[in-house]
Amino acid sequence: MRLGFNFWLGTGLTALVIFAGVLAPWIAPFDPVLDADLMSSELPPDATFWFGTDAQGRDVYTRILFGAQISLTVGIVSQVINSIIGVTLGMTAGYWGGWWDDLVNGLTNVMLAIPSLIFALAVMAVLGPGLPSLLVALGLTNWSWTCRIARSSTLSLKSQGYVQAAQTLGYGDLRIMFTQILPNMMGPILVMATLGMGSAVLSEAALSFLGLGIQPPFPSWGSMLTDARQLIQLAPWVAIFPGLAIFLSVLGFNLLGDGLRDSLDPHMRTRKP
Amino acid sequence: MTAPLLQVDDLHVRFPISGGGLLGRGRRMLHAVNGISFSLAKGECLSIVGESGCGKSTTALSILGLQEPTEGMIRYRGLPLAGPGAPGRMQRAKAVQMVFQDPYASLNPRQSVRSSLAAPLRLHGFTAGSEIDGRIEVMLKNVGLTPEHANRYPHEFSGGQRQRIGIARALILEPEIVVLDEPVSALDVSIRAQIINLLLDLQEKLGLSYLMISHDLSVVEHMSDRVLVMYFGQIVEEGGWREIFEAPAHPYTRRLIAAIPDPEKALNTAELQDCVSDVPQFAGRSFISDGSTAPDVFTAPAPSELVEIGASHKVRLASA
Repeated sequence: MRLGFNFWLGTGLTALVIFAGVLAPWIAPFDPVLDADLMSSELPPDATFWFGTDAQGRDVYTRILFGAQISLTVGIVSQVINSIIGVTLGMTAGYWGGWWDDLVNGLTNVMLAIPSLIFALAVMAVLGPGLPSLLVALGLTNWSWTCRIARSSTLSLKSQGYVQAAQTLGYGDLRIMFTQILPNMMGPILVMATLGMGSAVLSEAALSFLGLGIQPPFPSWGSMLTDARQLIQLAPWVAIFPGLAIFLSVLGFNLLGDGLRDSLDPHMRTRKP
Repeated sequence: MTAPLLQVDDLHVRFPISGGGLLGRGRRMLHAVNGISFSLAKGECLSIVGESGCGKSTTALSILGLQEPTEGMIRYRGLPLAGPGAPGRMQRAKAVQMVFQDPYASLNPRQSVRSSLAAPLRLHGFTAGSEIDGRIEVMLKNVGLTPEHANRYPHEFSGGQRQRIGIARALILEPEIVVLDEPVSALDVSIRAQIINLLLDLQEKLGLSYLMISHDLSVVEHMSDRVLVMYFGQIVEEGGWREIFEAPAHPYTRRLIAAIPDPEKALNTAELQDCVSDVPQFAGRSFISDGSTAPDVFTAPAPSELVEIGASHKVRLASA
């Protein structure tokens, strides 16, 4: 099985984010919150502070490692919620059709008409800031594209001979959906989910930048950018490194998504011995 | 007299077609099947022939329970198979199965051969792994594959082998009736004969009854005991294959048979004209359509009836 350079780059970047997040407590040289020292604030990158220090004298490298935990949690959990909602609604709508299809379509169109970040902002305003409400807000607002793709894939798969064969063999509707239709549309759904992880990381950064996400002093890449806003000319490293972290992780998720789509193609799968 | 294996009585299927108007104005009904009646005996191969869109596939889907009939009765061993009192999918599965036209679309690309054959068995109450494996092995041998093929995925097979897998899947629950929807038309000409012979062998070995849907008359001639000729939702001629192929009465049937490529005759349009103009005449009755102009599918056809013109040979005629 040959997988392209992009897939390995995506896997590498994603693995890097996962390692950073999981191992942060052990590999970080400082504490992300407590090791504040105003005497060493706004120091440029050097041997001790690899990515420099921020306005409170905290190590930017340490804070980026801990910030990866937030980005990963937000990316994965919100996409799991989105995929479950989107696939459930889209697959049943495509399979059963009728009034249920009309209802789901209407709902999807409403969701698509509202900018998801604005919707997430409104949800955050109701639930209050913090990680759990961030997960709920991003999980409930981005399922419409997944739903669309699940519905259209179901419509095209439904007319395949093997779905009709499953009906004549006595399979129930749910069994057909889970054994015949879902496995054959996992490719696009997984690609949507990994691409969505990238945009969830960006939305988390945006919401935290606006002060609605992760609350200071705990680090997230978005809230680090907020803090760096006033310092961008005096200490550009405070903004550059979180920005770079967001860029590389989103790039990694997207490349991984493309690579997964290729590797999930059954034509590239080899026979089991 | 015992009830025939499958009995179809006055089957009608109509589809609503939404018109251009608002609020459903201009909604019309497409008459796909207009009063089809036939019966299928045990061990028989009955073919339905006709052009695309004549309703033959819709008839088959109704028998399989994938399309609800608008009117009419379908009975299996005297018990209803459609409409009120119809069995669920599970019971129906043991009565009727289908072999699909396109072997590339009819197998789930993510299921190995073993799992697409084992899943229906498990669903129908087989739990012992050894029994399931045994049945799969026997079935793969029956269709000319080897047990080693069971672990492979559909994309590793050729079209002909896939069709064999499709046949194995249709037969794994031991149904009595198998609907063959153009079973060889998607295959290479070189392997059609293999699949046809396989189907005939299996019919004899397992005592199957076939309902074959086809527009390929050379296949029909080779396989069927009886033939129904369908034209725009109606049976226009019905009879044993010998009557249909040697003494066709309806102009549409004649046209179909004249269209079979014959390597010994050059294509001759005059001959085609000939066979249509030279149709037999029946006193006081006429053909409602000679099959050269398409009738309106949105209106019910004019009254006519199947008239017996010979032993087990019927043709559709209108009075006067």
